Amino acid sequence: MRFAVIVFPGSNCDIDCYKAVEETIGQPVDYVWHTATDLSAYDAIIVPGGFSYGDYLRCGAIARFAPVMNEVRKAAEEGKYVLGICNGFQILTEAGLLPGVLLRNRELKFRCHPALLEVVNNETPFTRDYAKGEIVNIPIAHGEGNYYCDEETLAKLEANGQVVFRYKAGENPNGSVSDIAGICNEGRNVVGMMPHPERAVSELLGSSDGKRMFTSVLSAWRERHGATVNG
Amino acid sequence: MKATVYVTIKENVLDPQGAAVQGALHSLGFKEVGKVRIGKYMELTLDTNDRSEAEARVKAMCEKLLANTVVEDYRFELEG
Repeated sequence: MRFAVIVFPGSNCDIDCYKAVEETIGQPVDYVWHTATDLSAYDAIIVPGGFSYGDYLRCGAIARFAPVMNEVRKAAEEGKYVLGICNGFQILTEAGLLPGVLLRNRELKFRCHPALLEVVNNETPFTRDYAKGEIVNIPIAHGEGNYYCDEETLAKLEANGQVVFRYKAGENPNGSVSDIAGICNEGRNVVGMMPHPERAVSELLGSSDGKRMFTSVLSAWRERHGATVNG
Repeated sequence: MKATVYVTIKENVLDPQGAAVQGALHSLGFKEVGKVRIGKYMELTLDTNDRSEAEARVKAMCEKLLANTVVEDYRFELEG
């Protein structure tokens, strides 16, 4: 299974994502520059965190027009696995691949600490190795992670099971609607989340709860393509 | 021609910056301040003299990039 980690000017979690793929599942992974116009070689695409284009205008607003984003859209439409983390989540919402938007944290502070999340939907390709309702420890690091969508969209997200992660009750760090920490599209193959699973892949980092996002997507891909392919 | 674009957070969306600035104004003694909303102001110079074309183009710029219409409203003025 081949992974692409997209790199924009200002991405800063790209190396962590690359290493996380290597360390957790040992699959081939490449950095792909934002000017790339072909992602057909990849089975999964990670849009990493950071401050793409300095977060000028709005987080993700400029990155969404990078040439590679047309290819990310194509990959998403083909059912390939797309994971947007932090700034990557912001970019996917700006690009319209996921609904809603990430606003300034309610308390205006940049929050950088471990966060307890509830796995709300364990039937996405990225969460199948978790138990439904399980509480996991995955750190956050953002100033604009306050997920917002209108009531109609929220009702749709809830009804379709598109809420993937919620902050543990009473521990919402940013004021997001319905304590949302991560969502997916209707097809379940595109997931966006503010917490950083790539920073939680070893007990040395304080938690290894993020590991299963990578093992999950590998097992989803193997199931789809037959277990014998590519180890 | 010059375009002045104002982007503001929609009325029904919480504006945490506005709320913080309102609190600061209150603590400075400006008790008369009701609500504070913070937005963006942009000046664009356009290489055209055709007003109706400029209007359509700036509207497209706002819809596509300058505002996120999920949470923001925009308006603009043309001059020159």
